[in-house]
Amino acid sequence: MSEAVALDHHEPVTSTGIPNKKVLMWAFLGSDCMFFGTLISTHLIYRKISATVGSNYLDIRDIFDIELTSFSTFILLASSLFMALAVSAIHKGNLNSTRWMLFGTIIFGLIFLACQVYEFTHFVHGKLDESGNLVHQLTLSSYQGEPHVFGSTFYVLTGTHGTHVAIGVFWLLGWLVYSFTGKMSTAHAIDIECCGLYWHFVDIVWIIIFPVIYLMEYAL
Amino acid sequence: MAIESIKYAAPETETAVKTKAFPRPGQHTSGIIDWLTTIDHKKIGFLYGLTALFFLLLGGLEALLIRSQLWDHNMSVLTNRQYNQMFTMHGTTMVFLVIMPLSAAFFNFIMPLQIGARDVAFPRMNTLSLWCFIAGGITLNLSWFFTGGSPAIGWFGYAPLTDTRFAEVIGDMGPDFWVFSLQILGIASLLASFNFITTIINMRAPGMTMMRLPVFTWMTLIVSFLIILAFPAITIALAELMFDRTYGTNFFDFLEGGKPHLWQHLFWIFGHPEVYILILPAMGIVSEIIPVFSRKPLFGYGLIIFSGAIIGFMGFAVWSHHMFTTGMGIVATSAFSILTMLIAIPTGVKIFNWIGTMWGGRIRFDTPMLFSLGFITMFMIGGFTGIMHSSVPVDAQHQDSYFVVAHFHYVLIGGALFGLFAGFYFWLPKMSGRMMNEKLGKLVFTLMFIGFNLTFFPMHYLGMIGQPRRTHTYNEGHGFETWNQVATIGAMILGIGIAIGVYQFVNSFFNKKLKPAGKNPWDARTLEWTLSSPVKEYNFARNPIIKSRDQAWENKYGSRDNHSEKEPLDDHGVHMPDRSWCPLITGIGLFVLVLGMLFHQGIDASGELVRDYTFALIGGVVFVLGIIMWAIEGPGGYHLFPKESEE
Repeated sequence: MSEAVALDHHEPVTSTGIPNKKVLMWAFLGSDCMFFGTLISTHLIYRKISATVGSNYLDIRDIFDIELTSFSTFILLASSLFMALAVSAIHKGNLNSTRWMLFGTIIFGLIFLACQVYEFTHFVHGKLDESGNLVHQLTLSSYQGEPHVFGSTFYVLTGTHGTHVAIGVFWLLGWLVYSFTGKMSTAHAIDIECCGLYWHFVDIVWIIIFPVIYLMEYAL
Repeated sequence: MAIESIKYAAPETETAVKTKAFPRPGQHTSGIIDWLTTIDHKKIGFLYGLTALFFLLLGGLEALLIRSQLWDHNMSVLTNRQYNQMFTMHGTTMVFLVIMPLSAAFFNFIMPLQIGARDVAFPRMNTLSLWCFIAGGITLNLSWFFTGGSPAIGWFGYAPLTDTRFAEVIGDMGPDFWVFSLQILGIASLLASFNFITTIINMRAPGMTMMRLPVFTWMTLIVSFLIILAFPAITIALAELMFDRTYGTNFFDFLEGGKPHLWQHLFWIFGHPEVYILILPAMGIVSEIIPVFSRKPLFGYGLIIFSGAIIGFMGFAVWSHHMFTTGMGIVATSAFSILTMLIAIPTGVKIFNWIGTMWGGRIRFDTPMLFSLGFITMFMIGGFTGIMHSSVPVDAQHQDSYFVVAHFHYVLIGGALFGLFAGFYFWLPKMSGRMMNEKLGKLVFTLMFIGFNLTFFPMHYLGMIGQPRRTHTYNEGHGFETWNQVATIGAMILGIGIAIGVYQFVNSFFNKKLKPAGKNPWDARTLEWTLSSPVKEYNFARNPIIKSRDQAWENKYGSRDNHSEKEPLDDHGVHMPDRSWCPLITGIGLFVLVLGMLFHQGIDASGELVRDYTFALIGGVVFVLGIIMWAIEGPGGYHLFPKESEE
């Protein structure tokens, strides 16, 4: 089969000149905005309503480890640079550079996920205060053993974001593996670009989550 | 078929050779394998339609049981719980498994033909949507066979009805089935909508500008946008509910700090756009039919499309009119009341446009036209009662009464279903290649029209004199009996009408004695009528070059300048994508994953809750493998070289 035909399979002529995959991706991201919009609204609606439940006053700052989260935020933002460079490299046909940049994006994505796993594990297990009592234990359903909504909205929101990052990591990993089959060419630039759109979007969502969920607790 | 015309079929592509473990069915596949692996938008549309018609009969049966229970005071056809299950299943089935997929059937079949495309943008994803829809339908109805039976929570699933602690039956699984089936159906709708949006934006034939798109295609586009923006709200709400029920979170649990009110908001942020998701396709269908049977172009084409877009846009700003009696406060209530009144304007504009189209036209009263006229009149009645509800004090009186039931059935049967039936009578000849019996069609319309009005018009009155909805019986002495009996008789007539209609639709595919339809039996206007009936697998032998809005009409009656032209076929011929097993495998994976999640909880010997994710994991692995194989096999494809006359 001739090269022209093979290309035809990947990028049919479209009415707008924009590849189909890209339109699909933008439509999906528009939809995904509403997913996160719903989750973030849920969190914000409950944030103040249930600061005090039972005998426990919940100061969220006692739970958060803002240094760690700032670090992982930085890592995730930095991963977007790698992603952008990967897209640029594949457009130029530089396979070696594409691989390294994909690798970098994956590693930074994994570091972010590791931070989140660490964060979740510590929140769920709580901390020990000076006299050795277990305090600030936040689970899906309770805070310090009393029923509470904060854990519900927090874990489900940030967990959904983490799931998005994990899916992105798997997706990029797929392309990294594919790049070693010898079949990768500039024809796949559109695929990497779609990965990039997704990755940047997930990043942007975190740029909203980090101030609204974390930083706001220190300001307001 | 076009088999004779194939001079040359492309050799197996490289990717196809590499995936021998799961060979792709070739281009001449037929029978059951063809139906399981098809990626043809026409076959997918057919399967959508067939499955949805089956669910229409099932949901109708549930409605008839409800009507039998209400025949007289203190009847015991159904227990109170069974009654709750019936109206829950009836509502959920009719909304998610009947009206939406029937619309999807037309989107699939008609829209690519109307824009001059050979298929949708992502044919395999389209197949996955179909399997997800079928898996969702099966999941919902599997609930009958497990602990607690079907959900008894209403199609809206208000908290705290879904709270496990308030379940009538210990370990009631009904709401779980409801949650998971709606999730899969949501995936089906989302995937299909991404596909349709990409197709309409990107796959139009040369010359088919946005303002030459047929109105039905425009409505497909608007509805697809509504779906991708509205469904996430219910997806998240259902996920939160799943966490509440399975992992003990407190989103909607008022005993532990949650707010049941939030569920109502999340549900109706989805639920109100959903109303327009149900009605706009029918409006699109009617906008196609009325010009054809009035022999006039559509009056105010641009205005109709603009109104549709405005309805879609404003549909996101009126959800709280479902919640006027929950105590949202004066400002919110007033704002939603005003917006709701405003949304009547674009709707009214459309109705005036349809009337303007008919005005002075040479009207033919064939069955599609009868159903369209039924649509306009009945939808108007539903619309008027809707405007009544937008007034908060009036709504407070109507809330939870049969008046509301009358209102939304006028919109959903008199509106959506009549519109969809009009579409069936109009477009089935294009799908099956055969004309349906006009006399039988008119009988179906008469039965449905009379039965429908007998059923639902008395409900206005019943609601006004105080019969509450969602209540399994009523006492003697309220004076409810007479009109309930009229309604029940009407429902039987309506049921018979629908059953005959469904028989007629299915029959038209198998009865060889019916008259062949030919290319354009109705003297219709849009591009799909330039093709043979049934449509060839490649749709267009040559890409059409579009010159005007009503292309089929212009080709026949218009000046030569407005006739469409044909692009020459290049050396590659018509590129057809290969059939694929991957959508089916992925769909099965998802189905197993959902079943695994539904049944992962158990109680061990010591009475402790144990979780076993084995089946969910197996499903997840199959799902991921399906996607990986999907990616590796690529679109594939073979080439056809039809003659120009063969389309």
